[in-house]
Amino acid sequence: MLYIKCPYCGTRAQTEFAYGGDATVKRPELNKEITDKEWDEFVYLRKSLRGKHLEFWHHISGCRQWFKVQRDTTTHEIFKTLKPHEEL
Amino acid sequence: MQKYSVFNLIKNAFSGHQNWEVAWKDPTPKKSYDVIIIGGGGHGLATAYYLAKEHNITNVAIIEKGWIGGGNVGRNTTIIRSNFMHDANGRFNEFSMDLWRNMSQELNFNVMFSPRGIINLAHSDAQMNAYARRGNSMRLNGIDAVLLNREEIKKIIPMADFSDDVRFPIFGGLMQPSAGTARHDAVAWGYARQADSMGVDIIQNCEVLGFDVVGGKIKGIRTSRGDIKAKKIGLCVAGSTSILAEKLNMTLPIETHLLQACVSEPVKPLLDHVVTFGAGHFYCSQSDKGEMVMGGDLDGYNSYAQRGNLPTLQHVLTEGIAMFPFLSKLKMLRTWGGIMDMSMDGSPIIDKTHIEGLYLNCGWCYGGFKSTPASGWTFAHTIAQDKVHKLNADYNLNRFSKGYLLDEKGLGTKTWIS
Repeated sequence: MLYIKCPYCGTRAQTEFAYGGDATVKRPELNKEITDKEWDEFVYLRKSLRGKHLEFWHHISGCRQWFKVQRDTTTHEIFKTLKPHEEL
Repeated sequence: MQKYSVFNLIKNAFSGHQNWEVAWKDPTPKKSYDVIIIGGGGHGLATAYYLAKEHNITNVAIIEKGWIGGGNVGRNTTIIRSNFMHDANGRFNEFSMDLWRNMSQELNFNVMFSPRGIINLAHSDAQMNAYARRGNSMRLNGIDAVLLNREEIKKIIPMADFSDDVRFPIFGGLMQPSAGTARHDAVAWGYARQADSMGVDIIQNCEVLGFDVVGGKIKGIRTSRGDIKAKKIGLCVAGSTSILAEKLNMTLPIETHLLQACVSEPVKPLLDHVVTFGAGHFYCSQSDKGEMVMGGDLDGYNSYAQRGNLPTLQHVLTEGIAMFPFLSKLKMLRTWGGIMDMSMDGSPIIDKTHIEGLYLNCGWCYGGFKSTPASGWTFAHTIAQDKVHKLNADYNLNRFSKGYLLDEKGLGTKTWIS
């Protein structure tokens, strides 16, 4: 069982959360000419890092807020959790 | 190569089975090869075998970081099927079925292929309609499919929960009678033994540290046992694909996730088929030893751990008990995990890359075992001829940017949900 510290509620069990994927992927800007390559990178391409990984989680059975987690993808150690607008 | 036969078994019994030849050698890496296959799993070993057998390319090395068959080919739930709806997936996996049917004879190694049939249960009218459609698509591709109603299912698996007051009552199901299981380790060992006998070097305990790429062409690899040159290199490393891709400055449409499986204590024979729960993700068969072999969902977050977490296992087994209530009485014998190369549309990638001489075989999600022979066969063709075969033409790398996805289940890019 992972224990994840929601930045809004504190530490809770993993079963309260839903995973949201790589948090470093940036959506192309609105109202701009966007190439197929940029869409491809945003929608499909992932680094899938082994080691420290910044990812979104959703406190779906709690406060329902989205937030970021920095976690090791091999040991599952959680280093830091951040609000979605915060940077590492 | 010494043939495995009843006569050789008797002959060797007289010397106490001390004088059998080794099944494959333990060579020191040469300075260069025509082809290097990275990854000594089922797909890598099969690729080397078909390179030698179908294309007469025998100056080949398989480079494996650990030991052959120690990854997903030894960690799966051994299910073999071709019950796909899309033409490309159906054709590819039915070709695989043809290779499975003859594999024990071809490899002179008993892979215990057991075409016992797979049943996908349906729990609503809508699901029955969806299965009817899938079954029709399968039959159009020459794959056997039978739509069964509740009463027919009850005759086949009476131990399932057929009571009326359950949350997910069984409405019926779709059966592929020719699907089945095989002894997974034997598949790796059988391919390894034959490849070795044709001159392929199987090099274990050898980690790939980097690649030599000059002017857009692959020249060789750097390994923990020295530099090795090669004209062509094939990547066949499943859940470790993204790690090697990073060394090549490539970003791929895959994510690595963890999948668990488990077996119960052995019990007397009671389940003759592979059965899947249709209202969630759970599948079950009974091994020849009597263990119930079970699996289900991914753990649900990017992972290279090769070791699972209990909440997912509990969730999966809850579904199992909803389908087969008797499972609650069984003790668990073993659980384990493997890392899956989850592609963004749920279908694999077998293709050339933008680097000349570098070939990619990945994105098998959690269905790679059944495709082992076809994957090896088509990847060997792609490497030997430097062009894709029509069977793997749709498994190209650029289908994502072009919009030609092979979304068998229509699940989208949240690979951990599928």
